Amino acid sequence: MVRQPISRLTRPRFAAWLLVLPLFLFSAATFVVPIVMMLARSVQDPELSRAFPQTARLVAQWDGRDLPPAAVMNSFIAELRAARGTEGLSFAANRLNSEISGFRSMLLRTARTLPAAPLDDPAAALARIDPRWGERSTWAAMRRASGPLTDGFLLAALDRQRNDDGAIVRVPEERAVFVSVLIRTLWISAAVTAFCLVLGYPVAYLIASLPAKIANPLLVLVLIPFWTSVLVRTTAWVVLLQRDGLVNGLLQRLGFTDQPLALIYNRTGVLIAMVHVLLPLMVLPLYSVMKGIGRAPMLAAMSLGARPFEAFVRVYLPQSAAGIGAGCLLVFISALGYYVTPELVGGGGDQMISYFIAFYTNRTTNWGLAGALSLILLLATGLLYVAYARLSRSSAASA
Amino acid sequence: MKMPLAPVDRALRWGLLALCVLVFVFLLVPVLAVIPLSFNTGSYLTYPMTGFSTRWYEDFFTSSRWLPSLWNSVLVGSVATVLATTLGTAAALGLDRMGGVARQALNALFLMPIVVPVVVIGSSLYALFSALGLTASYLGLILAHALLGAPFVVITVAATLSGFDRRLLSAAMSLGATPWQAFRRVTLPLILPGVVSGGIFAFATSFDEIVVTLFLAGPQQRTLPLQMFDGVREQISPTITAAATLLFLVSLLLVVTIEWLRRRGERLRGSAVE
Repeated sequence: MVRQPISRLTRPRFAAWLLVLPLFLFSAATFVVPIVMMLARSVQDPELSRAFPQTARLVAQWDGRDLPPAAVMNSFIAELRAARGTEGLSFAANRLNSEISGFRSMLLRTARTLPAAPLDDPAAALARIDPRWGERSTWAAMRRASGPLTDGFLLAALDRQRNDDGAIVRVPEERAVFVSVLIRTLWISAAVTAFCLVLGYPVAYLIASLPAKIANPLLVLVLIPFWTSVLVRTTAWVVLLQRDGLVNGLLQRLGFTDQPLALIYNRTGVLIAMVHVLLPLMVLPLYSVMKGIGRAPMLAAMSLGARPFEAFVRVYLPQSAAGIGAGCLLVFISALGYYVTPELVGGGGDQMISYFIAFYTNRTTNWGLAGALSLILLLATGLLYVAYARLSRSSAASA
Repeated sequence: MKMPLAPVDRALRWGLLALCVLVFVFLLVPVLAVIPLSFNTGSYLTYPMTGFSTRWYEDFFTSSRWLPSLWNSVLVGSVATVLATTLGTAAALGLDRMGGVARQALNALFLMPIVVPVVVIGSSLYALFSALGLTASYLGLILAHALLGAPFVVITVAATLSGFDRRLLSAAMSLGATPWQAFRRVTLPLILPGVVSGGIFAFATSFDEIVVTLFLAGPQQRTLPLQMFDGVREQISPTITAAATLLFLVSLLLVVTIEWLRRRGERLRGSAVE
């Protein structure tokens, strides 16, 4: 046989696309679409416009002064009557309840007790069922929820809300949680990064200066925690750091303390466990940059009369800056999204943004807020990752 | 030629060494402290140990909670690995024949599940899957684990392909091999170490996965990490230390296998060039 018939598949371009297609479709379906949908939820507000389409449109046009015109009320009464007992009414009631607590029961009771006949004075009829229908703030809440798009969730993720006049204001002190959660997330990540740098730099320096025979096994030792399941490590820290655990026993025997210290289920525990997990991510980039520097610059500086420490600070440290940058960014990015470790070894005041994303997805279903928090986390991660990619590319180019 | 060191510099050098020793202790002690406790006779997780026994391992392998969770982990991990390896290998082969912007963009898309915080993936999948009725199902969990494992397959297979000599394929085809034969007899044996390491990475990812599993698993799909998560949160029993030791041994085994495959691949490629 001289030559195979060339099928369509042998055309290289076509074959390449055909090979890539399955994973592309899979990633689209299980990654891109769900995340885009989740992020879209942070600006969507569909419940009211679905249950009362005409009312939602009309109340959105209301100028917000006094009470809405009779046309709004009439449309509301008609659509509320039509929505009686439907699932859509229940969703709308939940949505409104998140604006003003008690709205749900008021709306459902109103739907039940509305008279069947057409009404001459809709405002008075509604106010007879519940005086709150005569208040401007009730209708302002309806206007805020009229959708189909909203900035409410994004504002809420920053502890802001719109008041009855539509202006952006801070939420009341007792409901303001997210700004402090964001600051806490950044603070814990920064502290973990700093500890990792202080502990990781000397180790990377030592390993880079040793001959390969000793350096390779040491690198494996660094990698072991990285490869160990997060649950195994967390279990270990709970065992070690608990009240009558190994560390407290040691500290007491050595006379550092009379009483057991609280080392876990607080910030200390979170920092210890997270530094332990993320330290390898600091050591590895540092090591690869330091390997490229070698010992020559230090030796040259010392032969010119610099003391070892001086040579290190003035010659070695600046050259390892790219590794410091890459390691710090990598650790910081990973720390930002941490969830399991703070949940298991932290206390209530140590939970980071991921905990609240999970909380609003699973326990209290508020996907709009979960989407808004996800958007913030993704933006922060994405920006830092771009910085990391730039940094590692430029250091690779200069190496 | 060595210069005499000033006392300050000598102190610094010893300080560096001492700090490094402490860091290595910090890195390893948690794991090393747990393994002995899993062989303790007593049910308190403290030292000194009261005696040697394997009762916690017996408990693990006879318990109605731990053993099913191990099987769930193995089942979900295996199927997700097959899926991730097939999709990832095909994609890496395709990317290798592409160029320019399309290749870069697709590569970035395929690697993104590693960069995006897992909690965002988990929560998004939960929202989508609950609309499709895929929460608390094996299928949903397997799809999610395959998504998280596929990037590692793409990376490892792409790495083996970067050292792959395309002329071998032309040679096979010019000798009359069909594209499929050329793939099976030439390409596949050469990239196989990459495929297997990628598969092991994918399995290890699934076997350790907890965040997405917390969102998606129902009572029927409790995996080993999920069982441990509940154990750590509620009450730590010594059986957890036995489970942790087993889990640790599995990851150790997987790392050693990957390292062995990598060295073997390097040797093979080295001898092919010669």
